[in-house]
Amino acid sequence: MAGTITGAMGYNSKVEGNIVLTTLDAAVNWMRKNSLWPMPMGLACCAIELMASASSRFDIARFGAEVMRFSPRQSDLMIVAGTVTYKMALATKRIWDQMAEPKWCIAMGACASTGGMYRSYAVLQGIDHLVPVDVYVSGCPPRPEAVLEALMTLQDKIARSRGVVLNQKQAA
Amino acid sequence: MSTATTTMEFGDTLARTAEMAPQLDVGEKLVLNIGPSHPSTHGVLRLVLELDGEVITKADTDVGYLHRGDEKIAENMTWNQFVPYTDRLDYLAPLANNVAYTCAVEKLMGYDLPPRAKVTRVICCELARISAHLLGLGAFAMDVGAMTMFLYTFTEREKIYNLIELLTGARFTTSFTRVGGQTRDLPPGFLDGVKEFSEQFMGKLDEFGKMLNRNRIFVDRTKDIGVISSTAALDFGLTGPNLRGSGNDYDVRKYFPYLGYETYDFEVPVGQTGDCYDRFAVRMEEMRQSVKILLQAVAKMPGGPWMVSDPKSILPPKDKVLTKMEELIHQFIVVTQGPDAPPGEVYFGAENPKGELGFYLNSRGGGVPHRLKIRAPSFCNLGILNTLLPGHTVSDVPAILGSIDFVMGECDR
Amino acid sequence: MSEAAADSSADLVAAVKILPEFRGETSWEVPKERLVELMTALKKEGMTYLVDITAVDNQGEDPRFEVVYELCDLSSRKHLRVKTRAAEGEPVPSVCSVWKGADWHEREAWDMVGVKFSGHPDLRRILMWDGYPHHPLRKDFPLEGLPTEMPDIAFTAKAPLEGGPFVTSPAPFSHEREPRAHPAEERSL
Ligand code: SF4
Repeated sequence: MAGTITGAMGYNSKVEGNIVLTTLDAAVNWMRKNSLWPMPMGLACCAIELMASASSRFDIARFGAEVMRFSPRQSDLMIVAGTVTYKMALATKRIWDQMAEPKWCIAMGACASTGGMYRSYAVLQGIDHLVPVDVYVSGCPPRPEAVLEALMTLQDKIARSRGVVLNQKQAA
Repeated sequence: MSTATTTMEFGDTLARTAEMAPQLDVGEKLVLNIGPSHPSTHGVLRLVLELDGEVITKADTDVGYLHRGDEKIAENMTWNQFVPYTDRLDYLAPLANNVAYTCAVEKLMGYDLPPRAKVTRVICCELARISAHLLGLGAFAMDVGAMTMFLYTFTEREKIYNLIELLTGARFTTSFTRVGGQTRDLPPGFLDGVKEFSEQFMGKLDEFGKMLNRNRIFVDRTKDIGVISSTAALDFGLTGPNLRGSGNDYDVRKYFPYLGYETYDFEVPVGQTGDCYDRFAVRMEEMRQSVKILLQAVAKMPGGPWMVSDPKSILPPKDKVLTKMEELIHQFIVVTQGPDAPPGEVYFGAENPKGELGFYLNSRGGGVPHRLKIRAPSFCNLGILNTLLPGHTVSDVPAILGSIDFVMGECDR
Repeated sequence: MSEAAADSSADLVAAVKILPEFRGETSWEVPKERLVELMTALKKEGMTYLVDITAVDNQGEDPRFEVVYELCDLSSRKHLRVKTRAAEGEPVPSVCSVWKGADWHEREAWDMVGVKFSGHPDLRRILMWDGYPHHPLRKDFPLEGLPTEMPDIAFTAKAPLEGGPFVTSPAPFSHEREPRAHPAEERSL
């Protein structure tokens, strides 16, 4: 976006064309959406496709989301990839609670979205019972392309969000 | 507790632990919880370790975070409907699971597969083995600090995925086999693809070997770590590369041959000391042997039918279903009620990448199992952790877990 | 094999019932009181590899549960199945002292089917969490589960099964075996 500003005193023709005016919202959103650090909640088979989307052929780094952090405190996007069982459910919730705001969640695959093919006594029927989900990805497992698409959808959503400053005031 | 670490001698870990137990039992203990969400646990394994300084004095392995109720689901499904669930057991090698499961059902039914189906299944199993070992290798190397390996192995895996996609239409939830055969015949170009892959893969494997064999960090972190003696391995029911790394040559493909494995020329690699490095080396060599089997299978692929013909229990060909009345009725009955299995019980074990994947089927007749038990190799392999980990330091844990190479989907079912 | 067990004790052999062979597999049945004795003898005879332990719920039969041991002799490449029966609440002696690997298998059988093993060093649940009140693989436990609650550890709810996976139930007649939708009262979470 903006280049370096040299010679700050008075009018400087070099500055012209190097400044972009925008709203604070748009600037902050732009930064947020292009540096999503995912927390890969790799629970089951879908995690393998998540790994595939992070590695050589699909390369999630093109969307600025290659920094997989296994520490919830360093990440802002939780990708729930896999079957959430009841035994795991509250642990997942706890990890979500430990993530700092602002945070987003992608439910990857049929299991994380709805319980998928596991209609049984041991499986939570969708992570949205516990955690607010921003993007659902269908498929069992979704192809890596679908994961990237979900990431782009989420980026659009972040770009459209408003009231960054207001929210922080309210939170304080 | 510095004395404890300095007097350690490498050898049989179990014996070492027993010997060190009195020394370890002093000082204040720290309880460390690892998992269920931790990068080195490859999924959702939880370890509760009791530490004395850096040394583990007691380990408690907690599994079940991915228990999805597969066995209960199986009791409510017809034999063929359960095939997709087997994909999700060991999700690194779904084709091999499909094959193992349907072979078990076929044993119950008393079918003998036509030769083309057998060779096709051998190709499936070996492709799956290579793909699973590759991921295991990449993850293992990453756990002990060699990130690049992971990217290299994934490049190769993508090539296998392409082949599998050509064959089944899916990248890894394949659901390829059915009781009595496969869903479809080999697509054109598949065998050439397998051959091409196998030929270039040998070179890649050498490259991988070079990257790790003489990598000082890798060798130091894996040699003489996590030693499992041959008797302990057998006593705990370890199978697969973990057992063979300890010098025991049990391989189901050799001991109880199925799918005509006795007609292929391949060797079973065994390790000597049973440490993490040996298990890694066994996997590397196994991939070489798999390539050998693949090339033989491609060369001898026979023609002819690829399904057992038994109209009462086997899905009829689709074109006949659409044009003939009788086939339509059979199709309806087989799909809604399941293939009619005789009452009885069988156990069938197959050599999967992780070890012996067995199915115990208890049938009361009819289209649904009365009890279906999955003997999951990862479950049995993890059973040794409680005994294996004490005496090691915390930094050895990722190396040991990586070398045991388990999949929680299969362990917890 | 049977003569091998014979020289250890003749009446042990008498206690073993040899079941008819099916698909080339040998199965023995033994009363649970003699189980450990038999297993120890078998292990000495070369059955060093315990493949698996399965518990089966035959609801409606007496005794209700069946525990199935799959053994393997690696040197002579033989497979053997040993079965024993236990009524509800009756413990089966543990074979952990014979094979260490039996530990987790027995815990699983206890967790899933609810067969107790006497003499097991640490009989806890393994796949479900401690404190879960049911044994899911019992025939009277529904696939969709039952609601339970354990604050801070886990909860369960009933899974909605309507229109879910095909569900057929075993029955002698084909019209009863057809897959059916579940009745309306079962359809809410
Ligand atoms: S959606 Fe399918 S692939 Fe993904 S975790 Fe569930 S069963 Fe596995």
